[in-house]
Amino acid sequence: MTEALRVEDVHTYYGDSYVLQGVSLRVAPGQLVAVLGRNGVGKTTLIRSVVGFTPPRSGRIRLRGTDITHLPSHVIARMGVGLVPQGRRIFPSLTVEENLVVAARPDSGDAWTLGRVYELFPRLRERAHHRGNKLSGGEQQMLAIARALMTNPTLLLMDEPSEGLAPKLVLDLAETLVRLKERGLSILMVEQNLPLALRLADYVYVMSKGTVVFEGTPDELRRAEGVRQRYLGV
Amino acid sequence: MGLRWLGWAVVAAVALALPQVLPLYFTHLVLLTMIYGLSAMSLDLLAGYTGLTSFGHAAYFGAAAYTVGILTTQHRVPPALAFPAGVAAAAALAAVYGLLATRAVGVYFLIITLALGMGTWGLAYRWSSVTGGDNGLPGIPPLELGLPWSTSDPKHLYYLILVIFCLAAFLLYRLVRSPFGLSLRGIRESEGRMRMLGYNTWLHRYVAFVVAGTFAGLAGSLYAFYNRFVSPPDLHIAASAEAVLMVILGGAGTLFGPLVGAGIVVFLRNLVSAYTHRWMLILGVVFVLTVMYAPQGVAGGARALWARWRGRAVTPPVAGPGKEPVAER
Repeated sequence: MTEALRVEDVHTYYGDSYVLQGVSLRVAPGQLVAVLGRNGVGKTTLIRSVVGFTPPRSGRIRLRGTDITHLPSHVIARMGVGLVPQGRRIFPSLTVEENLVVAARPDSGDAWTLGRVYELFPRLRERAHHRGNKLSGGEQQMLAIARALMTNPTLLLMDEPSEGLAPKLVLDLAETLVRLKERGLSILMVEQNLPLALRLADYVYVMSKGTVVFEGTPDELRRAEGVRQRYLGV
Repeated sequence: MGLRWLGWAVVAAVALALPQVLPLYFTHLVLLTMIYGLSAMSLDLLAGYTGLTSFGHAAYFGAAAYTVGILTTQHRVPPALAFPAGVAAAAALAAVYGLLATRAVGVYFLIITLALGMGTWGLAYRWSSVTGGDNGLPGIPPLELGLPWSTSDPKHLYYLILVIFCLAAFLLYRLVRSPFGLSLRGIRESEGRMRMLGYNTWLHRYVAFVVAGTFAGLAGSLYAFYNRFVSPPDLHIAASAEAVLMVILGGAGTLFGPLVGAGIVVFLRNLVSAYTHRWMLILGVVFVLTVMYAPQGVAGGARALWARWRGRAVTPPVAGPGKEPVAER
């Protein structure tokens, strides 16, 4: 069975600085895979490499078997990759509904429509005509996820979705992610929140200084105390 | 929404009555406002909606005006053909320049458009065998389109230009309200996010550039037949800068704001300059005050006041009379 996403020995640079130093990982269809690590280990760069913002200098990235390594970002997006960017970057001057409608493409399938997204996030329906910059942090996070869903992705990339959210909202987020997984969506989530990742993920990677230093199931990571202390500080 | 229709009806009535009640001189100023306003509105599509500030917008306006001038004075092409040819020339120029300019964004985009605009001005200035050089092209015929009345009468020309202006403004309005217009605003907010939603953002920027150039060309064609004379200052960088000024004065991203901005510039230039040579100083003061106190331009400021007034009407202030009610956000 082909993976939803396969990253093979990817090396990525920002100019001269060598950020990803040979990263490989896999996301099986319908799995939620978490990538953990401290600040500055290359987690966001990994996401940027997958979506083509910072294409890798060497290595391969495959989406359901198709090589997407050097495709432009908008083509990668149309092939079914949805991104929930770090810091919940929505369109601040567009209304909630405009944020969602702008993401809908007629050719992308109809698994997710405005109505279905509002069913998942009733709060967004109430706020439909408010501008993006008038939303609370939690609402912005819902909107960022909802916007990505409107493109009807098969793979959802999430860059630190729990960052800056109150504990109650992190629980809501976890519940949302469980429901998305139940619908068969494959998810690659980059996180610093270890409990969240351990609770949700099917498989976990730990990164340090641009390489993967541990991979295994959440249970294996729970037992690997040395890895947790050394690379995650817990 | 009865109020909105009433507003439009008043605007339409005023626009229709103007040449009947105003002295001829003011009719001319309103005409110029419509022509420059259309150019500024087309620039707003780029500067206000897409976030690409072009400093060479006069190039498309001027290319159309020169095309009309060259075709009518040197080749005796009838106005009914020269008019669309001017628009087409502006569209073609924008299609070529757009390939160069839309590769960049931000200040680099601004510099490239500025350079292209200056180059076009240089062409008009130096290629004197075709463009008449510094002398320009006098003797452009009036805009006779085979209509039963003559447009050499300024009142008739006013109504003709009013109709064309309204059609063009309606098209621009529909464009900014369309899904395409929404995508341009998305690109302005964040191009990266739009790419990740599957948009070929370059293509959208390029189409916006060509459309803006085409509407500027429509304004330029109208200008050539109105002024019946074109010369290098019509596509000089100062003219490009003036279009940007109109957009900022009126309110970037408001579409009709730049029409107000064009009106302010046209009336100040023509009325104030009757009293003082230092009308640029007055314009400068107006500009500084706008940026300081109404950074969203006249239209943006008016909209904020309207929202505040409506907020007051709906929810009367709870606090004492000294406190302002919070404006609707």
